[in-house]
This record gives sequence, structure tokens and C-alpha cells, in this order.
Amino acid sequence: MIPSNFEYHKPDSIDGALSILTEWGDDARVIAGGHSLIPVMKQRLTDISHLIDLGGISELKGISIENNKVSIGAMTTQHELITNTQLAKFVPLIREASLQIADPQVRYVGTIGGNVANGDPANDMPGLMQTLDASYELTGPNGVRIVKARDFYEAAYFTAREDEEILTSISFSVPNCGYAYEKQKRKIGDYATAAAGVLINMDNDTCSFASIALTNLSDTPVYCEEAVNNLVGKKVDSNAIKKAVHYCVEASDPVADTRGPVEFKKYVAGIIVQKAIENAIARV
Amino acid sequence: MEKIRLNMTVNGKDVEVLTEPRQLLAHVLREELNLTGTHIGCETSHCGACTVDMNDMSVKSCSVFAAQAQGANITTIEGLGTPDGLHLLQEMFKEHHGLQCGYCTPGMITRAYRFLQENGSPTEEDVRFGMSGNLCRCTGYQNIVKAILATAEKMNEMKESA
Repeated sequence: MIPSNFEYHKPDSIDGALSILTEWGDDARVIAGGHSLIPVMKQRLTDISHLIDLGGISELKGISIENNKVSIGAMTTQHELITNTQLAKFVPLIREASLQIADPQVRYVGTIGGNVANGDPANDMPGLMQTLDASYELTGPNGVRIVKARDFYEAAYFTAREDEEILTSISFSVPNCGYAYEKQKRKIGDYATAAAGVLINMDNDTCSFASIALTNLSDTPVYCEEAVNNLVGKKVDSNAIKKAVHYCVEASDPVADTRGPVEFKKYVAGIIVQKAIENAIARV
Repeated sequence: MEKIRLNMTVNGKDVEVLTEPRQLLAHVLREELNLTGTHIGCETSHCGACTVDMNDMSVKSCSVFAAQAQGANITTIEGLGTPDGLHLLQEMFKEHHGLQCGYCTPGMITRAYRFLQENGSPTEEDVRFGMSGNLCRCTGYQNIVKAILATAEKMNEMKESA
């Protein structure tokens, strides 16, 4: 399983990468960790004649937390997300979710930028970034623009990123509230049958803030606006949670595949969302 | 398509290979450098048989292009022990019957080597989680876990007595 031939480029700056991308257009693709792209290339499901490795661009690396704002370079690996002590302290949700992605070998190489930019509905980071209400920085030949994670995903593998743009960094505010990322999968390393990210804050027994997004339950991540609207400002008891779970399951739109029929996935989604909400409340 | 000069340090030795960028690291190791200890199982980054240590990370060498390994420092199973001087992990796999057919073993041991560098006193759960990128279809994992825990224990004993 060896892919078709390609020319390999390893620029050391974002500008360098953009100029190669602009020069070769449709024939070029950027590669981050490559653990989604390389398997597809090996199966010759995609035709790429110029591969632009972002691994040599130091400005795409690193995690900074300043004034309650987290900024993560696109080439930061999942392993780095897990082992960064500052991030674990301020946004433990990221570590909790990252530990559930793939397996150790893949996490050493897999990047947050690749995970969110690929547009694969099975990836965990897009739903997580919608939970955190993150913003993506897209850098193209005409400069930088910011797109909200909640506006970025259009359909499976279709996103708001233009072909000549590179997703360069991700930023969001430190949440300071209860959190949980719950994922049901058939085995370690598998994609989610259903997964949910939840942030919640409470004022005594009233919900003062909530955010919920789902993974692999539609052809894009699903931000559960109705569930959130039905929680915020309400007294949170088992009935309110039940209602929120109901709205989340309603918002999901899974398809039948090897992980099960639609009914099963919706059933699992309900359990996962409920667990995530309860865990998040317990951590407020 | 033009070949590239790939320079790496493999098991402590500087090597230069003329290869195509699309060539996979696993094939370069096996076919160009004759280091056939690195096994190819599924070739789809699931099974972990092809795990090698690359710049202090465990990677699945079937999912790394040769070009991405430019300048890398790589350790394969051949770099960990020799038939006459087994690595402690190899000794423990032998003692605890951590292998049956042996196909997954080079990947298991190279992965366990990096895992123990990062966590020198693991619990059983730590080992199972840390080794979750490596599949074995013979042992049921029980003895692999035992062998790795025993290695950690011995390493710590040696540290204490030193």
C-alpha cells in the first residue's frame, strides 16, 4: 500500500507554505500529522502531486494561556495537549477529550489543527471546539480571517476553509466551569459511536451557563442550541436534564453504519449526553 | 519522480538512503536497511506491529512517509537488544511468556520501551492504556502486561541499588 508519487515540500514558514499552495492549487495538499491523510493516500482515494509538510513551521506550534485566553498552534499534537500542565490545569476538558482520541502512537503525531480542519464528522476535536465556542484562524494569500468553530462545518469533509487557506491556530476563553467529554466507542482507537462535550455552570441549583456539542452523530458536529436554551436560567433537576438530553438526541442525525443502526446510535447518544451533563454538574 | 537523500540516525548509526518521498518508513527500515525486526501487520496504523521509536515518540512506521523522517533519530527492536544481550524488556517478555507467535512483539517492546521512559512506575491500568495502540491476537495481553510491570519493577530495583 504505497501511494502515487508526489513531490514533497517542507517549508519553514506559513508564507512559504502559502506560496507553494497557491502555485500548485488543486494538485497540492498540506499535511499535518498525516494520520488521516496518509491512509487515504495509501488507498489511492486521493490524488495529490504536491505534499506540503507543515511539520517544519515553528510558528504553528505551541500553547499559550494569557488573560483567560487560550491559543493553540495548529501543529500542536494531541500528546502535547495531554502533557501540557498549564492546559490541564486551566482547561482539563481538553486533556479529558484528547486521551480518548485514537491510541498513544497516533496521539504523538496527530495534531489539533489536522483534527479540526479535516472536517471528518468522526473526529473528536470539532465537537469539542464547538463546546468551547472556539475560533479558528485561517491564513490565506489575502491575510488572516477568523471563523467560529460553530460556523466552520458545512458537511462531511466540507468546511468554510478555502483551498488556498491554512488553518493556523485555534483560540477560546478559559471556561471556568464544570466540564465533561464522554465518548462511547467499540474499542480503544475507534471513532465514537456517540460522544458529547459539555460545559456547565451553576448558581446554586440554577444553571447559569451551558454548552453542549455532539461528535459523530451527524455529518458535522452538532451544537445543541435548543438543549442549551432549555437549561440556562432553569433549576436543574432530573427532569430538566432529561429534557436537555431529549433536545440533544432530537438535534442528532446519525446514519447507520458498522457502529450500529440509527435507533441504537440515538439511544447511545442519550446515555452519553446524560452522563456528560451529570459529570459536568458534579465538577462545577 | 525524483528520489531524495534521506538521512537518519538509526540505532545510533548515521545512515543515508536514496528513496522516493512516498516510501513508508517501515519499508525503508526493512528493505533498504535490512532491519526486518520491524514487522508490518495491518499497514493501516491500527495494529502497532510496525511501532518504532522516532525522536523520543512511539510511531507506527507504516504511517510515516520516508520524507517525514528526514533527520530523525530512530530506534528499532534491533537497537534495543541483541540475541546475546537481551534488553530487560526482552528478558521479561521471555520470562513471563509475553509472546506466542511473536509477530507483534517488536512493536510491543519498542512501544513499552518508550512508555516506561515516560512512566517508570506504572499501574496495571497505566500499562493497558499505554499499550492500547498495539494488538496481539495470541496472548490475551495478560502476560504482556505482566512482563512490562515486571520490567518496571526491575528497573526501579536497579535504580535503588545503584
